[in-house]
Amino acid sequence: MVTTTEAQVEAVFEELAEKRPFWSISKDFVRKQPLGTAGMAIVLIMIFASTFAPIIAPYDPELNSFEHMLTAPNTDFLLGTDQFGRDILSRIIYGAQTALFVGFTSALVGSTLGLVLGVASAFFGGKFDLIFQRIMDIFMSFPLIILALAVVAIFGTGVQNVILAITIPFVPRCARVVRSSALAIREIPYIDAARANGFSNARIILRHMVPNVMAPYLIMITAFVGQGILLEASLSYLGLGVQEPTPAWGLMLQGGAEEYVESAPWVAIWPGIAISLAVFGFNLFGDAVRDTLDPKLRSQ
Amino acid sequence: MLPTLIGAALLVFFLMRLIPGDICEIRLAGTGLYVDEEQINVCRNDLGLNDPLLLQLWNFIIGFFTFDLGKSMWTGRAITYEIGLRFQLSLQVAFMATLVATVIAIPLGTISAVRQNTWLDYFVRAFSIAGIAIPSFWLGIMIILGLLIFTQAWFGTPWMPPIEYVSPFQDFWGNMSQLIWPAVATGYRYSAVATRMTRSALLEVMREDYIRTARAKGLMEKLIINRHALKNSMLPVVTVLGIEFAFLMGGLVVTEQVFNLNGLGKLFVDSVLQKDYSMTQALVMVVVTVAVFTNFIVDIAYAWLDPRIRYA
Repeated sequence: MVTTTEAQVEAVFEELAEKRPFWSISKDFVRKQPLGTAGMAIVLIMIFASTFAPIIAPYDPELNSFEHMLTAPNTDFLLGTDQFGRDILSRIIYGAQTALFVGFTSALVGSTLGLVLGVASAFFGGKFDLIFQRIMDIFMSFPLIILALAVVAIFGTGVQNVILAITIPFVPRCARVVRSSALAIREIPYIDAARANGFSNARIILRHMVPNVMAPYLIMITAFVGQGILLEASLSYLGLGVQEPTPAWGLMLQGGAEEYVESAPWVAIWPGIAISLAVFGFNLFGDAVRDTLDPKLRSQ
Repeated sequence: MLPTLIGAALLVFFLMRLIPGDICEIRLAGTGLYVDEEQINVCRNDLGLNDPLLLQLWNFIIGFFTFDLGKSMWTGRAITYEIGLRFQLSLQVAFMATLVATVIAIPLGTISAVRQNTWLDYFVRAFSIAGIAIPSFWLGIMIILGLLIFTQAWFGTPWMPPIEYVSPFQDFWGNMSQLIWPAVATGYRYSAVATRMTRSALLEVMREDYIRTARAKGLMEKLIINRHALKNSMLPVVTVLGIEFAFLMGGLVVTEQVFNLNGLGKLFVDSVLQKDYSMTQALVMVVVTVAVFTNFIVDIAYAWLDPRIRYA
């Protein structure tokens, strides 16, 4: 039978008392993290824009109009049009969909794979850990964009392949961070207890260890979304990412932007501002999340 | 370090061969004429693509260790020649970008740490986060646009950086007027991480006892920061700068595209797209070797900055 001591009961009460309602945590967040709140506002605006894109956008983002090629910003076309006469504002609003989709999917898949692999590597230890870490080393010795380029070269361009190309370099980066927290958790007696109970390795990893490395995992996700958006823009800019006519910010800078930079600077200016603002927002928000979840890292 | 190099060699070797289609198909199909299997086969035989995979791997690895990288499958010229042509440019841009990053990062990070939690600190932090957020290729386009507008306004004629590369030893100013812009565009981006690192490292050092001692004996704050605190907080900053320098060599891909520079990054994109196996393999090995070598230099710099490490 399980006997509970008074101290244990107290601990449970303390834990319950610490669980504050959501709005109280949010209020604290807004007060303590003004920059993070600004970042969150940008992120929310992006999510809003991409969800309601068909309602907000004044034109069809893929509609060519040869009468309005390279029109300067005016009351009809608030941000002007590109070399095919497509409305830039509409393309930026729809571009938020592409950016968010690629950013979130690659960050989520990349860090989740990294989470499981990192925890497994720490849990099994020994030879498995050593070999696994060397493999991660090899992947990390490639610059992010070069690894992504190689993946695109194998699988071809397009939204899904870009997501894959961005996800793969994320996996070792997350696995490395998660592993180091998981190593500490492995030494806590309750893992021994779980093993003594005869639980399977998979169960110990997924039920007992993974929930305890959620803080670094969430920190990595928020950091990766911004990086993913930036990487997608870079690949699309090189012509190796999202393909025409899908509206994507990096793609809008490809081709036209440099040629027309003198005669039609608005083609180059607005998509770049959209990318910068989005990544800026995600980074500010991510920093604030990290400060809140992991006070030890606050000084960085 | 050797296992990393060999691992990277294996990875790139098999990764390249996973890509559907090879250089012969691309080159012959590119001519637009009818091509039969026979011709493609001849081409493959010439380039050694029909050799057993293990033999190709053996040739590649032995070639790397004997500094015989072979010929580019696309141009037919020696790879060492093709890389040598561009190495100087990329090295120079990487070096200058690191310099720009250092010049931005250390003063800003110091100010930010000394004036912690003031509006100045918030401004510097926002500035450095913006550095990570702004894509360097867009910053490059904006720099070109800015140059065009300002030279138009001030001198009456629009001016753009020259496209032809000249060695800095022949024409120093001509060289600078071309390469300073990409160096600024990438340098700003890379200063971001270093600024934050300087700030946090300095904040940590400022809490140490010996800083309090220095204050207690009445040293000027300026002296405390410059002589006592900064030197000890440089360790993580040097690491970050070193790692970034190594990645700059290969990571210049997009910036070179914007400024139309014929550097290693552009060569890399081209050779991946042309499925030039030998060239891609050689370039990856160069990038990884530079990374490994830079790590070595960083380790030496550690010992110089922190004499304790020598005896550890």
